[in-house]
Amino acid sequence: MSIRERLSGNEAAATAMRQINPDVVAAFPITPSTEIPQYFSTFVSNGTVDTEFVAVESEHSAMSACIGAEAAGARAMTATSANGLSLMWEMIYIASSMRLPIVMSLVNRAVSGPLNIHNDHSDAMGVRDAGWIMLFSENNQEAYDNLIMAHRIAENKDVLLPLMVCQDGFITSHSIENIELIEDEKVKEFVGKYKPEHYLLNDKEKIAMGPLDVQTYLFEHKYQQANAMRNAKKVIAEVSEEFEKMTGRKYSFFEEYKMEDAEIVIVCMNSTAGTTKYVVDSLREKGVKAGLLKVRMFRPFPAEEIAKALSKAKAVAVLDKSDSVNGVGGALYTDVTSAMYVNGVNVPMVNYIYGIGGRDTTSYDIEGVYNDLMEIVKSGKVDNPYRYFGVRREK
Amino acid sequence: MAYNVKEIVAEKPSRFKAGHRMCAGCGAPPVARMVLRALKPEDNAVICTATGCMEVSTFIYPYSSWSDSFIHTAFECAGATLSGVEAAYKSLKNQGKLPDGKETKFIAFGGDGGTYDIGIQSLSGAMERGHDMVYVCYDNGAYMNTGIQRSSATPHFADTTTSPAGTKIPGKMQKRKDLTEVMASHHLPYVAQSIATANFKDLYEKSEKAIYTKGACFLNVLAPCPRGWGYPTEDLMQINKLAVETCYWPLYEVENGKYKVNYKPAKKLPIEEFLKPQRRFKHLFKPGNEWMIEEFQKEVDERWEMLLKLEEATNREE
Ligand SMILES: Cc1ncc(C[n+]2csc(CCOP(=O)(O)OP(=O)(O)O)c2C)c(N)n1
Ligand code: SF4
Ligand SMILES: [Mg+2]
Repeated sequence: MSIRERLSGNEAAATAMRQINPDVVAAFPITPSTEIPQYFSTFVSNGTVDTEFVAVESEHSAMSACIGAEAAGARAMTATSANGLSLMWEMIYIASSMRLPIVMSLVNRAVSGPLNIHNDHSDAMGVRDAGWIMLFSENNQEAYDNLIMAHRIAENKDVLLPLMVCQDGFITSHSIENIELIEDEKVKEFVGKYKPEHYLLNDKEKIAMGPLDVQTYLFEHKYQQANAMRNAKKVIAEVSEEFEKMTGRKYSFFEEYKMEDAEIVIVCMNSTAGTTKYVVDSLREKGVKAGLLKVRMFRPFPAEEIAKALSKAKAVAVLDKSDSVNGVGGALYTDVTSAMYVNGVNVPMVNYIYGIGGRDTTSYDIEGVYNDLMEIVKSGKVDNPYRYFGVRREK
Repeated sequence: MAYNVKEIVAEKPSRFKAGHRMCAGCGAPPVARMVLRALKPEDNAVICTATGCMEVSTFIYPYSSWSDSFIHTAFECAGATLSGVEAAYKSLKNQGKLPDGKETKFIAFGGDGGTYDIGIQSLSGAMERGHDMVYVCYDNGAYMNTGIQRSSATPHFADTTTSPAGTKIPGKMQKRKDLTEVMASHHLPYVAQSIATANFKDLYEKSEKAIYTKGACFLNVLAPCPRGWGYPTEDLMQINKLAVETCYWPLYEVENGKYKVNYKPAKKLPIEEFLKPQRRFKHLFKPGNEWMIEEFQKEVDERWEMLLKLEEATNREE
């Protein structure tokens, strides 16, 4: 029997970590993920886990220590947000190129500057090409479930890549919701024992990691890394299926909400999907064929599947909680539009940058986007696809 | 084991193998070789290096000079990386996931850039947290790997590519940071300063102590660089000797707060003896620049006197 609880997103993440019982956790406090290492230290202090907690002096060192620990043959985890992830940036690439299945809980927050502690996705978007698997979570339940699945995906022999589970700072990390937890024993069995093939502490085989990798080799190593990311797709599907068998909770690359006959569709990630579902329901009551595509698996990016899912729509809006400041549009938007193009799907598309620095995203905002989409369907044209909502502008 | 050069060198094969690509006459390889000789043959070790000359010349894919397990991640985080390895060891050992009765030791090597400068934070963190490891700085007094740029370990007035001895500014105008003292202020169980001298006794004994003292230990070892310092490659041992005999690089250790100066020259040589053979100090010997040598000598004297006082103060019977 699963356990019904009421937990914040951070508590949910910390609970998943307790049940996973990693060998090493190295983390540094930063709002809004600070609670995760705090809760976790309590588990360590009370002997509820076998973990060595390394209270590092910075996030750069947190990731360095995770790399060292994972390379040594341990399961290593960390949690961070925003500037913490920025400070790790150098090591984020090194972790994935060393093919170390480290798991991170990333509680999304705006990257400085100026300083702001609230939610947007600029932290995650800054590492989207770093070779990490990236899973996004609408609510506490998904943040928990994604973490429980994380090691099975990351540690798969065909993958061996680090993985981050994202959730929205404060919006989910600090709000208490009902959640269904899996029993400790079941989690233990599902996650399984970590059995690395090559590791520093192996008595029987000495290895060397992190070479100077010159022109004659680096390209092949990077190619292998890219293949691993391609392989991850299949593994994520398999693990999610197994997870569904255990819990009854279904996870795909993305969630399709009322998409069967949807004409106007919003694509977004994390907590905004919750607000969007509410708006879709009320529009449906009025007979408007609105739908939602919520991306869970952002890396690897399910381009073909997304293009297929959107192929019957008459207009699509992609919401980006981070501006790429490139004069073209946000990261999710450019990924989705290129997915459409290469898969031969031609649907009018618009991008909205929204929610920057924790700006509230209301149901009225989302309704406004659907209204715009209806206009586009009517007029058949999109003028200026690079749009904003929720921002004050000089007239 | 008591030090006997023949026994140590003949009977303890080095775990740092030949074939690496460090320059002839480089002071760093003898440091790595000797530090690793202090490991008990039956013990395992995991070695970590910071990016720098030593790393890029000893592990060029797919070849490695390190016969022990080895990891390099980046420039500024050898301390943090190895602390993660050590934490994993502790965790796996406590959980019975590693074979019993086998010990693993953890040794990091970083250049002065990776240690005094960009890596000082991760070093300080790792040492303060008390991981059971040794951090060895091989100090060649500049960023050699990228072409001899000044570091905070670069001696006063030295000519480097970012503190060139020009007509207006005669080399590096700042004094050298005393990292050994900074590490002593971390109140570690063992901190020492050493050098690869003719019979290696000092370095061997300190390495052994550092490796087999529980907790975080730090060794600072001068490792001359013929390319950056401008001395003939065959003179490495002579340069090392002069660094010690002039008291530029005193050999000492701090064990649980107690200082011990391991070598006191009967007659301290004037600093010119150390400066003269090096191209990076050539401009100090131009007419009109006598003040620079005087100032250099004053600094060396002050630091040496302070060290003797610290030794006296920390060993005083109350
Ligand atoms: C973050 C970062 N900045 C700069 C570099 C470039 N870099 C590599 S090694 C090095 C200097 C190394 O100096 P030191 O630690 O003294 O070692 P040495 O080469 O002198 O032995 C520099 C600047 C780097 N690899 N990473
Ligand atoms: S440049 Fe200097 S430090 Fe680097 S390998 Fe050559 S001699 Fe050694
Ligand atoms: Mg150097």
